Amino acid sequence: MADHVEAVATGSRWGGGVAPYAIGSKKLGMWLFIVSDSLTFSVLILVYAYLRLATPDWPTPFPFSPSIIFASVMTFCLLSSSVTMVLAVAAAHRQEHLRTVLWLLATMILGSAFLVLHVTEWSHLIHEGVKPFENPWGTPLFGGTFFGLTGMHMLHVTIGVIYLGIIAFGFGRRKFSSEDVEVSGLYWHFVDLVWMFLFPLIYLMSVKPS
Amino acid sequence: MATEAHPVVHEAPKGFLWKYIFSVDHKVIGIQYYLLALVAVFVGIFLSLLMRLHLVWPSAELPFFGKMTPEQYLALMTMHGTIMVFFVLTTAPQSGFGNYFLPIQIGAPDMAFPRLNMLSFWFTFLAFVVLVAAFFVTGGAPISGWTAYVPLSAVGEIAGSGLGLGQSLWIISIAIFAGASLMGALNFITTTLDLRTKGMSLFRMPLTVWAWFITAILALLAFAVLLAAGILLLLDRHAGTSFFIPGGLVITGKLLPHQGGSPLLWQHLFWFFGHPEVYISILPGMGVTSHILATFARKPVFGYRAMVYAICAIALLGLSVWGHHMFTSGMSPYSAFAFSLLTMSIGVPSAIKTFNWLGTLWGGQIRFTVAMLFALGFVSLFVTGGLSGLFLAQPAVDLPLHDTYFVVGHFHLIMGVAAIFGIFAATYYWFPKMFGRFLSEPLGKAHFWLTFIGVYAIFMPMHFIGLSGHPRRYSETTAVPFLGELDPVHYFMTMAAFMTAAAQLIFVFNFFWSLWRGKKAVELNPWEATTLEWTVPSPPPHDNFLGRYPVIYRGPYEYSVPGAEKDFVPQHLPGDGRGPGASASQ
Repeated sequence: MADHVEAVATGSRWGGGVAPYAIGSKKLGMWLFIVSDSLTFSVLILVYAYLRLATPDWPTPFPFSPSIIFASVMTFCLLSSSVTMVLAVAAAHRQEHLRTVLWLLATMILGSAFLVLHVTEWSHLIHEGVKPFENPWGTPLFGGTFFGLTGMHMLHVTIGVIYLGIIAFGFGRRKFSSEDVEVSGLYWHFVDLVWMFLFPLIYLMSVKPS
Repeated sequence: MATEAHPVVHEAPKGFLWKYIFSVDHKVIGIQYYLLALVAVFVGIFLSLLMRLHLVWPSAELPFFGKMTPEQYLALMTMHGTIMVFFVLTTAPQSGFGNYFLPIQIGAPDMAFPRLNMLSFWFTFLAFVVLVAAFFVTGGAPISGWTAYVPLSAVGEIAGSGLGLGQSLWIISIAIFAGASLMGALNFITTTLDLRTKGMSLFRMPLTVWAWFITAILALLAFAVLLAAGILLLLDRHAGTSFFIPGGLVITGKLLPHQGGSPLLWQHLFWFFGHPEVYISILPGMGVTSHILATFARKPVFGYRAMVYAICAIALLGLSVWGHHMFTSGMSPYSAFAFSLLTMSIGVPSAIKTFNWLGTLWGGQIRFTVAMLFALGFVSLFVTGGLSGLFLAQPAVDLPLHDTYFVVGHFHLIMGVAAIFGIFAATYYWFPKMFGRFLSEPLGKAHFWLTFIGVYAIFMPMHFIGLSGHPRRYSETTAVPFLGELDPVHYFMTMAAFMTAAAQLIFVFNFFWSLWRGKKAVELNPWEATTLEWTVPSPPPHDNFLGRYPVIYRGPYEYSVPGAEKDFVPQHLPGDGRGPGASASQ
């Protein structure tokens, strides 16, 4: 049997020549998670669209100032965090450990800033009487979809900040590879991308007509 | 991109706890899944027997229940369906056998993410415990069916017994299960794409691997939707939202505060998961059947590539036909027409598979082992159950039949029993590899014939009483005169159900007896098969190939090759003038 079984050196894959998916398992796994998670978000967005279209008096309560400006600042934080994430991944590929960790920390700070602003916004809205089951402006579904969608996204950002913290710690201590940083970057960019859908759909489409 | 060390090679575990309980070895996890399904299937069978008893003797005193109320009957129905669909049909063929044999058949030492794999199993286990707990809480198990239709499932115990805490546990269990299935699916896909050994190109993978791979893709997409739907349903129940609850709903004299939601939205989301779920159950069985028919007919699978494309086509179409479960919901006839056409077009790849199975058998030197009998039984049940699917795919036929036993007979044959036959075929086929001993063939044959006749005797009459207008989900038929005339049929089906259940005891005896006393599987390759699992010891060592990975030189089903020394040529054998496995990019 020995003549047709050969020891495979560590690191080799199936080695059958051109592989269109020469991609590390972790990276592929993250991509698959993103496919699946984007379907989960799609359902929430679809539910929002369906209910909004089916409701004749959907409220549009957000005034340009301060609501939209506030949400734009949040968006800016999250977008900037994607830039710092790109820089972290680039630094990781150059094996610049300190710089990577610093960029990751910057990403976490911007992500946390988004979360703090978001929670502030939530508490203001809750103060104004917006609950998942009622709100001062019209159909109770408004609150349900608002908190459902942004809450799910907030959960993802929170997990992301913790995840980046673990990656920063591990990469700084030479436990994780640059691929691990890149994979965490995929997750972070995905979470940002989801917000790029939520921001127009939830905020810009709910601007109070002046 | 090149990465560092092979990510899945890990030390053999030491100590009972790490070796058998919290193991990261895909083989142990596969067996754990299998045993979980085995426990679940007997719980499910027990529930169905109680239902059958109640149907023929409505006033009898039953164990645990005394005289059964209609709510208790519905609770049994809900839990029977949920346990069977999730914890048997999804768990055993895909997570059980897939975990055990997918890595071995592609020449990998383990799954791509062993720890994630362990986590998926324990989440599945947790989901099962949470589900069964629903029986023991105040109000008991939910009565909203395995589809948990709203508003029944969304408004709480005001709508009926078991819809309080029981229903919440049900949703939580299903959400945990969905999470576990997503982890498993991600793992299966990554393993298949990334960890194939040298020469194992996609079109040299056994059809079992193809089936598990495509099933994993379906699971990745379908369970993501179910998870989101489950979360929204929980919000409706506990956060006061109204995603699925319409306004103006009055239940037992009380006007509910919800307004604006849509119960149809739940149906769409549920069935967007629910229909692919049918294929998640049956595709692994198709893979196993193809694999076993080729082995025991001593012939290559007829139209291997067509089989692969048919699996892909079934999966793709399966994602776009969920509306045929909702013909009676008042959907637009135009939508119904589209869903109907798409549904019937699934008949094309299904027929391709069936004809190719028959083509594989044609002129073969068939060896009637028990595994082969169950694979043949699978083909039979798949055809029988599939044909009634073509009836139900047409809205005009579905409308009168939808709420009758016709549908019960249809989906039990195609989704339940056919998939179970796939599980049995796989069990008899791979048992010697998994445990180093054979299952008893004489006992297996008795098990097969009793089960095969039994399931037809249970489910065929359901088609007829369905056509006679017998509604499903009725706990008693005594108050309706014309249903009373169908009582003898019910009596017959109940007898058949008890006989079939008794036959499963033969299987359980065979399983545990053979585990310790069965004939030893001394040879590596007792069935004279071609794929990689038959090149390793029985049971395989911790990393399957002892650190040395095989190289693949040929397709998976080279039986009776003219001029070859034996009537099978294993995948890892080079030569025969076909050249070494250089053409891996095919």
